[in-house]
This record gives sequence, C-alpha cells and structure tokens, in this order.
Amino acid sequence: MPAPLFYLLAFITLGFGLLVVLARNPVASALSLVMCFSGLAALFVTLDAYLIGTIQVLVYAGAVMVLFLFIIMLLDIKEEEKKGQRLTAVVGGMILAAVLTLQLTSMAGSFPLAKTKLDDKPLDISAASTAAKDKNHPLHSMQMIRKDLDAGKLPDTALMGQTLFDQYPLHLQMMGLLLLVGTVGVVVLSRRDTAKEESKGA
Amino acid sequence: MITLNHYLVVAAMLFAIGLAGVVARRNILTIYMCLEMMLSAANLTLVAFSRFHLHDGLPDYHAQALVFFTITVAAAEVAVGLAIIVALYRARQSVDVTTVTKLQG
Repeated sequence: MPAPLFYLLAFITLGFGLLVVLARNPVASALSLVMCFSGLAALFVTLDAYLIGTIQVLVYAGAVMVLFLFIIMLLDIKEEEKKGQRLTAVVGGMILAAVLTLQLTSMAGSFPLAKTKLDDKPLDISAASTAAKDKNHPLHSMQMIRKDLDAGKLPDTALMGQTLFDQYPLHLQMMGLLLLVGTVGVVVLSRRDTAKEESKGA
Repeated sequence: MITLNHYLVVAAMLFAIGLAGVVARRNILTIYMCLEMMLSAANLTLVAFSRFHLHDGLPDYHAQALVFFTITVAAAEVAVGLAIIVALYRARQSVDVTTVTKLQG
C-alpha cells in the first residue's frame, strides 16, 4: 500500500473525529462521525480486512448513525450554549487526551512486531494453500476456501465465516440472544406508561 | 513505509480524541458518539494486530471474529443507550448531562 494513502485515510479519520468533539451542532457531530467511520473502514480495507470494513460501513456508518440522527431530530436538540461550557472539563479533557496519546504512542513502538513493515509482510496465499493440504488443517475439508486459495485469491468472507461457525458457534448464538434481549429492552424502555397517563387524564 | 506502529498510533489518537470528547462535552448524544469512536479505535488495533500476525500466510481471523462480536455488542448497546437517552429526555426535557446529578451525592 502506498504510504500517502495511509496518511490521507488517517487524516480523514482523525480530522473528522476531532470535528465530532468540536462541533456545537449535534447534527454536524453525527455527520462528521459518519465520515470518521468511513475513513476507518478504508483503513480496515488497507489491512486486508474486507468483511470487517464492509460491516463497519453497513452497521456503524449506516445503521448506527441513522439511529443517532433519528434521535437527534426526534428530540429536536438545540445547539449547545457557549456560556455554560465548563472550563475545567475542557482543559481536563485535553490534558487527559494528550497524556493518554503520549503513553500509548511511547508504548506502541516498544515490542518487536511494531517495527514490521506492511509491505515486508505480504499475505502468502500459496503458503496457506500448501498448509491446507495437510489432513489435520482446519481448512482441509473446506472445498470453496481451498479452491480460492489455490487460485491465489483471499476468500476473506468465507474464512471469516469458517472461523465464526467452526470455532465460535456458541458465542455467535449468544450474540443473537444479546440482540434479542437488546430489542426487548428497547421496547420496554421506550414504552410510555399508558396506564398511569390514563388515570391522570381521568 | 507503513508499519504496525503507524496503525497503533492512529488508533491511540482516535481513542484519545474520543476520551477528550467524553470528558469535555455536556450533550449526552455527543458523549455517546465519542464512546462509539473509542470502541472503533479499539477495533482498529485488533484488525491491525490480526493483519500483522500471519498464520500460514493468512491474517489471524480469531482477532477479526472478536471485532465482529465487538461491533455486534456496540450495535445493541447503541440501541439500548439511545432508548435510555429518549427516556431521560422525556423526564428532564434536556440532553445536558449537568441536569442529571442525582447519583452525584
């Protein structure tokens, strides 16, 4: 991957991320967050994580942000007033962010893998294809994946599905249950207490 | 040349921006958006590690499975959180966090 592309995507992600915090209007914040997530999805794609990048766009930049915008417009939120801005909170937040960035960046370079260049470590599809020929390899019986690997293509979605359904089936079902519980919870939370209101009206 | 370190630094900065927003802003919806940003920054770290930790020449898909689960949990969390915000707005007619101080003691 060319280096300028990475810097451009990182700039988009961080720049719009900063706009989310700085914008006074919540709608502007939400739209900046959409751009921030899109840049992040592009960064995922530069890391050969095509499915995760797609999910990031569909779920985060799509569904989640539409939900946010919907709530912002439903509640009809006015712009934040300037006078009430707490100075201690703003200064404290900036100091906290600066300290955290310094700590994380100073730590990030300290382990051996961190200096590995992306271009020095390309995906080795032929090695994967050879490894899958072994009878004990988890991909041995996966005909579709092996066909793609033999052709020199990365079957990203199929490999992801193989990992999820082969190694984490219980976790996947728990996720389904979690979403169901979440849906029920939302219905319960947003339900108006009609019985109480009727008794009040009468 | 782009190294793993570059991705980690971008993720750290994105996380820090989100943290600053959570601490400094008062609009609960903006705070919530910043929380989502911090979650995504953690996801970027996981995907970067998955790409650089090759198994037989392929990325480590266990890390990407974890990212998949994180995104699912985050989606459920957003739905429940926004429902709570709507309930809060009904009770207080405001989305300013300084109006909700009952637990502050």
